[in-house]
Amino acid sequence: MIDFHLDAHSGVAPYLQLIHQVRQALRLGLLSEGDQLPTVKDVVGLLAINPNTVLKAYRELEYEGLVAARPGVGTFVTRTLGDGSPAAIAPLRRELQRWLGKARRAGLDEESIEALMLTTFRSATEAEEDIA
Amino acid sequence: MTAIIKASGLGKRYRRRWALSGCTLDIPAGQVVGLVGPNGAGKTTLLHLAAGLLQPTTGTIEVLGGPPPATPAQLARVGFVAQDSPTYSALSVADHLRLGAHLNPGWDAAMASERIERLGLEPRQRAGKLSGGERAQLALTLALAKRPEVLLLDEPVASLDPLARREFLQGLMEAVADQGLSVVLSSHLVADLERVCDYLIVLIASQVQIAGPVEHLLTTHHLLTGPRRDPARLPEDQHVISARHTDRQTTLTVRTEGPILDPAWVVSPIGLEDLVLAYMSRTAATKRRPELEVQR
Repeated sequence: MIDFHLDAHSGVAPYLQLIHQVRQALRLGLLSEGDQLPTVKDVVGLLAINPNTVLKAYRELEYEGLVAARPGVGTFVTRTLGDGSPAAIAPLRRELQRWLGKARRAGLDEESIEALMLTTFRSATEAEEDIA
Repeated sequence: MTAIIKASGLGKRYRRRWALSGCTLDIPAGQVVGLVGPNGAGKTTLLHLAAGLLQPTTGTIEVLGGPPPATPAQLARVGFVAQDSPTYSALSVADHLRLGAHLNPGWDAAMASERIERLGLEPRQRAGKLSGGERAQLALTLALAKRPEVLLLDEPVASLDPLARREFLQGLMEAVADQGLSVVLSSHLVADLERVCDYLIVLIASQVQIAGPVEHLLTTHHLLTGPRRDPARLPEDQHVISARHTDRQTTLTVRTEGPILDPAWVVSPIGLEDLVLAYMSRTAATKRRPELEVQR
């Protein structure tokens, strides 16, 4: 079972934060097929949020085919979200760490690194979309 | 689906002063409705009208498709907790539950005692000796155990500390999830309502400024920043709620159903708190310049 938390100042809608946390847990292997998500009442009692917010998040996840609701029982994970095996991720992470070291030695601070990553990521994604 | 509250041209006057005027609302059932506005805006008046404690001076109000509680049958469908969670200080917690059981035909005794136990309230304790948070929880328990279809709460968390506030809202939201009841709760603080509401009514200076589903409000209001310009020259479908200018820059809060296409603006989303504040500053501005307002 996972625990949800909300960041009130992120500006991201609460239901999106819940969806993101489930997807994150699926990616990190904290949740796998057959696991139950907290009931709506549990989440509502924990976070003091509107039940419809939780229902909306769960409906969206159901629509994405990640979970399925069993009426009267709960909501269960039906699919995991691991793109790329751990074996593939490890060398990628090492490469990224080496690159980060290079960036720091070049005098970039954390904010500049983050900005560079984000803009490069965006333009790369856009370029891929143009090709496709 | 019947409306929780349906009002048309609703107004209430106390002697010379209008506490509420021209209030038209149609709120679908099954929602948690936040009623927000500064102190003295008319929130309590609206809730008292809905609870049947006041009679309107003008217009009409319907609660759950009927007139506000006048008959016992209608009374059983509506729960109301007045400001500061009134309880009888000389009566014990258990006395309150007995009183509730005698006064309400649909009383859910099992739920009431289960809730009191879960809250850790001592049944023999007098209500006068309870903390503010405990008293609020006791009043909420009484209101929930009558199993209403709609629950009206007037500033339920205003006098509570942050922890008690949170616990109160957690209990309330659990009840909403469990019983599927509709709730209308008022607060002068948006932050209290932000997470719990589906629907928001902004009431300022005895008038409803805007009302709608929270998500719709957030998608139709935008913060625009750009080089200084006259807000009167915006497209017709963009309504300026508030405007601030420096010698070079203009910052606007705008309501529009359509997209904002002018590339001169940097468009950013707006939070609920800023949205309400924009309406408040607008009302304050028109008050300072009464000659611009047509006399109603």
